[in-house]
Amino acid sequence: MKDINIEDQFQAKIDAEIKIEPKDWMPDEYRKTLIRQISQHAHSEIVGMLPEGNWITRAPTLRRKAALLAKIQDEAGHGLYLYSAAETLGVARIDMLNDLHSGKAKYSSIFNYPTLTWADMGTIGWLVDGAAIMNQIPLCRCSYGPYSRAMIRVCKEESFHQRQGYEILLTMMKGTDAQKRMVQDALNRWWWPAISMFGPNDAESPHSKQSMAWKIKRFSNDDLRQKFIDVTAEQAKILGVTIPDPELKWNEERGHYDFGQINWDEFWEVVKGNGPCNRERLEARRQAWEEGAWVREAATVYAEKKARKNQEAA
Amino acid sequence: MKDWPLWEVFIRSKQGLNHIHAGSLHAADAEMAIENARDVYTRRNEGISIWVVESKHVKASNPEDQGALFDPADNKIYRHPTFYVLPDELKHM
Ligand SMILES: [Fe+2]
Ligand SMILES: [Fe+2]
Repeated sequence: MKDINIEDQFQAKIDAEIKIEPKDWMPDEYRKTLIRQISQHAHSEIVGMLPEGNWITRAPTLRRKAALLAKIQDEAGHGLYLYSAAETLGVARIDMLNDLHSGKAKYSSIFNYPTLTWADMGTIGWLVDGAAIMNQIPLCRCSYGPYSRAMIRVCKEESFHQRQGYEILLTMMKGTDAQKRMVQDALNRWWWPAISMFGPNDAESPHSKQSMAWKIKRFSNDDLRQKFIDVTAEQAKILGVTIPDPELKWNEERGHYDFGQINWDEFWEVVKGNGPCNRERLEARRQAWEEGAWVREAATVYAEKKARKNQEAA
Repeated sequence: MKDWPLWEVFIRSKQGLNHIHAGSLHAADAEMAIENARDVYTRRNEGISIWVVESKHVKASNPEDQGALFDPADNKIYRHPTFYVLPDELKHM
């Protein structure tokens, strides 16, 4: 009886838009859902650096290189804000990292696609960061305080990511035919994975309802996807590229774009680990972790030695 | 290997303002915590000064005691200027 009462009180706080803070009582499922979501989000930021890291040394100008580096460094920061937000729920950083490296934890499937040309850098900024922003803006109002605060910081930083990507594409579209073809080819490869980023259709997304009631989520997957497609279709016109979906068409009645069916079989295959780059991404993370081991160890030993010396001197 | 300890990071955004909690991070020692805080929390001139404190040293009040802890202030409306009744012709006070 007492438990039911606490849960009711908790829900009443959520309904009144009062944020939940780390030491407040919360249902186990709320905690678990958040740990899963925030850590997956953190992993996505970290793994998300890899496809773009591929192009740092080959950026066409110093301006592009500086911007790309700054963007990737931001993504590292996003990962770190999110890992610490997850830690406030009682999960250890090391356990989250181990879960990523063992393949147990998931991250956004979009990062399991390869970056073949420079136009991919523009397309990722435009579509992948664009979709991420669409997802993240409502998360700024998430009921869990530390997550919401991390997302506010992230969203402030994201807008330059999308703009730098779109600017890359605009520049290429003013270039040679080969450059224009490169942009179209990148869009053809990234479009469907990008709109899959919003997750399965609402009917196939069983946890969504509870997450909405807890105000972890504010909009459904399909609503966010529709919103993204509506704005992106207009941006594509300005760019002068064709979105690779023959069914994409403005629907006057709905006030939205209609669009074709996502290939969910492919989506689930990539989630399961069978995308074009899943193995490569995990391998790169593991390698970075293992090759950094001596640095972490040396820093620990150095800190201990310094602390000892300070104590002796005191 | 031991996990590096967790640190809480406080940033003063400009001269004259308080240090405000920005978030946390892991670092082997205080020096590294400050350097990492610089890279993680002040990439866009968000700060001019950083404090770090190991999270284990932070003692916090318990949310369950919130009522009892703060209720002494609840019934003291005479601590607020609006409690006092003064004539309308008094323009400045
Ligand atoms: Fe990000
Ligand atoms: Fe980004």
